[in-house]
Amino acid sequence: MNNPPDISQDPKEHEEYAHNVQAHVKRYLMVGGALLAFTAITVALSYVDFGTRKANIAVAMLVATFKAGLVAAIFMHLAAEKRLIYRVLIFTGLFVFALFWLTYLAWYNPIVR
Amino acid sequence: MEIPYTISTRPDTGLWNAKIGIWLFLASEVMLFGGLFSAYVFLRLDAQPGEWPHGLLNVPVGTMNTAILIASSVTVVLAWAALKMRRYRAYWWYMLVTILCGLIFLGVKLAYEWPQKFEHFGAKIKKEALEKYEPYLGNHRRLEKGLEPRIEISGHLHNPEALKDPNIKEYEIALDPVNAEANNPAMDRPHFLYVPPTDKIVNIEKEDVERATMFLPTHSAYFASYFTITGLHGLHVLGGVLVFIYMWLPVSKKVYQRNPEHLANRVEVCGLFWHFVDLVWIFVFPLFYLL
Repeated sequence: MNNPPDISQDPKEHEEYAHNVQAHVKRYLMVGGALLAFTAITVALSYVDFGTRKANIAVAMLVATFKAGLVAAIFMHLAAEKRLIYRVLIFTGLFVFALFWLTYLAWYNPIVR
Repeated sequence: MEIPYTISTRPDTGLWNAKIGIWLFLASEVMLFGGLFSAYVFLRLDAQPGEWPHGLLNVPVGTMNTAILIASSVTVVLAWAALKMRRYRAYWWYMLVTILCGLIFLGVKLAYEWPQKFEHFGAKIKKEALEKYEPYLGNHRRLEKGLEPRIEISGHLHNPEALKDPNIKEYEIALDPVNAEANNPAMDRPHFLYVPPTDKIVNIEKEDVERATMFLPTHSAYFASYFTITGLHGLHVLGGVLVFIYMWLPVSKKVYQRNPEHLANRVEVCGLFWHFVDLVWIFVFPLFYLL
């Protein structure tokens, strides 16, 4: 799951390098196809009754999260990235979590309850 | 003076600078959209039964736009890979397709989806008058089946002047199918294909209406969040397209000739932004169109 390495300055090695990138191109196309397929699945699932609307929302969000994961991991190269970027994103994740948690608290209103 | 670390990596971070820059920017973008999404969650959780509309947006068009955005994400990563393989011609074509995809997405949104909503009318009926309009709401049946009540009658407004003129006492509406056939079980769930308003015309007295507006941000919490989030997302698409056009113009060929890796890195950074915009849409689409 490595990204194409930085290109070599040596022209002899370039052919091998190009071949290497070509392999990645195949993966990008496959991921693109998977994303399209999952879009169709999302639409189809929204017409299936899972009992409650909450269940339908949960299913749709699960599929969306998986799709977003594919985009982030493959297209955005997060599957193999430098540690510093992971560090930035861990904090982002924590802050987003806190934000939604605050929203939940505001709605649930534990002080009045 | 040459800007340092545009191509080579900085020893302490292990990255070229623009890469850290774009990720910090994307982190702030996550918070920006996160704020709007949490507002959406809050508004939706607090909505009274019947107040959060379903099936008002055009699902096939939304699906098509989703596919277009995904396709453009693929082409931008292929454009980057083409530069890594030193195939400028292929890069140029992939970039062109990406730009066109972005423009089609915006075109569909601004020239078709939004205006179609602006022309649509909804009248929220006062609680005490709901019984009077029962034939167009079908709430007796919905109550029996445990479904949320309908509190709005919508469709095409035949006398738009009624919105402003206090002397006009009624709204004349060509009903949407949900209201025209309120007791048809087929109307309980949103349709996949868009169904235009019917020929069935009904007059609704202004006295009985709590709130009457076109489908604008002012219509409801749903449309307010829909227009805000898709509007901000659209601005991002526009920004991305403008940068891509710059990357695609002959100016960038000069960068490529000087050092191809420099252009490849620029494209990678813009690509990261573009994928993020795609990623946001992956959540916007089901939340507003489907659920």
